[in-house]
Amino acid sequence: MLTMGIDIGSRSAQCVIFEDGQLLTYGNIETGPESAKTAYAAVDAAVHRRCELWGENRMQMPDVKTDHLRIEDMDSIVSTGYGRVVVPFAHASVTEISCHGRGAHWLVPGVSTVLDMGGQDCKAIRVNERGGVTDFVINDKCAAGTGRFLEIIADALNVPLFEIGELSLESTKDISFSAVCTVFVKSEAVALMKQGVSKPDILAGLHGAITKRVVTLLKRVGIEEKFVITGGIGKNVGVVAKIGEQLGGIEITIPAEPQIAGAVGAALFASDRIKKKPAITTL
Amino acid sequence: MAVAGIDIGSQSTKVVILEGDRILAAVTLKTGESGESEARQAMEEALRGARLKLEDMKSVVSTGIGRMSVPFARKQRSIVGCLARGAYFLYPQARTVLDAGADSFTAIRLSADGTVEDSAINNRCAANVGVFLDTMSRMLRIPLAELGAESLKATSAETISSTCAVFAESEVVSIVHRDPPVPIANILAGIHESMVNRLFGLAHRVGMQSEVVMSGGVSKNIGIIRAMEAKLGKPVLVPEDPQIVGALGAALVAQRVGATC
Repeated sequence: MLTMGIDIGSRSAQCVIFEDGQLLTYGNIETGPESAKTAYAAVDAAVHRRCELWGENRMQMPDVKTDHLRIEDMDSIVSTGYGRVVVPFAHASVTEISCHGRGAHWLVPGVSTVLDMGGQDCKAIRVNERGGVTDFVINDKCAAGTGRFLEIIADALNVPLFEIGELSLESTKDISFSAVCTVFVKSEAVALMKQGVSKPDILAGLHGAITKRVVTLLKRVGIEEKFVITGGIGKNVGVVAKIGEQLGGIEITIPAEPQIAGAVGAALFASDRIKKKPAITTL
Repeated sequence: MAVAGIDIGSQSTKVVILEGDRILAAVTLKTGESGESEARQAMEEALRGARLKLEDMKSVVSTGIGRMSVPFARKQRSIVGCLARGAYFLYPQARTVLDAGADSFTAIRLSADGTVEDSAINNRCAANVGVFLDTMSRMLRIPLAELGAESLKATSAETISSTCAVFAESEVVSIVHRDPPVPIANILAGIHESMVNRLFGLAHRVGMQSEVVMSGGVSKNIGIIRAMEAKLGKPVLVPEDPQIVGALGAALVAQRVGATC
């Protein structure tokens, strides 16, 4: 049985294919202007085992060929994410909150708190022992604390997005930012750069600033171990280190592929749909 | 004897030289890296306009975010008090002052004698302040000064649903590329309307009473003023130069402190 989960986010899209409850293959691409095209491109990336963002596929996959798979071969397809309603070939769609909870639970069994830091939103989710969502809070109104914030900052400092985390760890001086708003923080960062403050120090300060917001969100749902960070920002070691500092003592787990949690959850929901169908018995 | 008020905002520096009830000179300059040099420059320009020297000033009072970087100011005063004074001086019937600046929005409720009864300020979010309009002007390639007039040509206002300036920018990009194309005037009207909706929310916290005065650089935008009037259901008073209200208020304070110092 083949099931597919597809997560069309605001900045990136992932497609995951499961075979009988096991991960068969996945892909990760940048979201294009047309969601339907993005959906097809994500499927193409999955069958060819391609991750266009942040390097190669990091998770172990069965050693079988997958590039012959087509959408029609799928027994069930579930879409999620902000573009979930425009996936033309999906059989059903499920909200990203449910999918992230479920996906994180599959990636890290025993998870209790999930922080999903995506391109344009940030969610703190509590899940039960079965991966079901019991509580959540989301910030999708303000860019501070989202990937968009990091993109704008990386651009302003002229450092590639995937390098800012590492670079921030070289910081030797504490810088604190007074503004919260991305627009104002950017001006503050540019002013500091003109004053000759080093990029690692500025970046560390910025990572600290967005972490404060995220931690506030987390505290509203309550943090309990296991604590997992999913979403693209999970790949930024600088942010993860700052969250660790601010939470003090709570162990953070980052899945090998933090970005595919939503799509994994969707693929699992897709499997449910088949199981729920009345079984056709042939005697 | 003349006095001067100086208002150092995040984007512009304003100086007003006042003698009695008469404004002798008013100057607005862009604020740069250091507040001090702009303060001096704006002051010199205003003094030239008034044909006076710094020594002729009975007193100088500074206000605004950069008020501490004016070494020649005798006193510093908060922007809320100065805006209230300036607006009340221009319009004694004013009971609400809405100041929409580059980086902040301030709502003030005044009593009949011009004292501040309540105030609220947003300086944390760029979505309802001038920098947002600046970004939109650059993106849509329409000069900042023409946004207002252009928006009045709108046949209907496009809905902008994002609250955040960063997200609104992406939203506007997607609207610009929509097929069939949306007239730019309709997009601008939508931008102004969404900004006014947020301003109105904050202004409502202090209670809006007639008459309403709007000040600050954003108030030069006729689209914003019209949208605010539509929302309020009544006309808004806008000074000839809405940007200098804070500096004028500071000058009015200077008339008083000069006597005691």
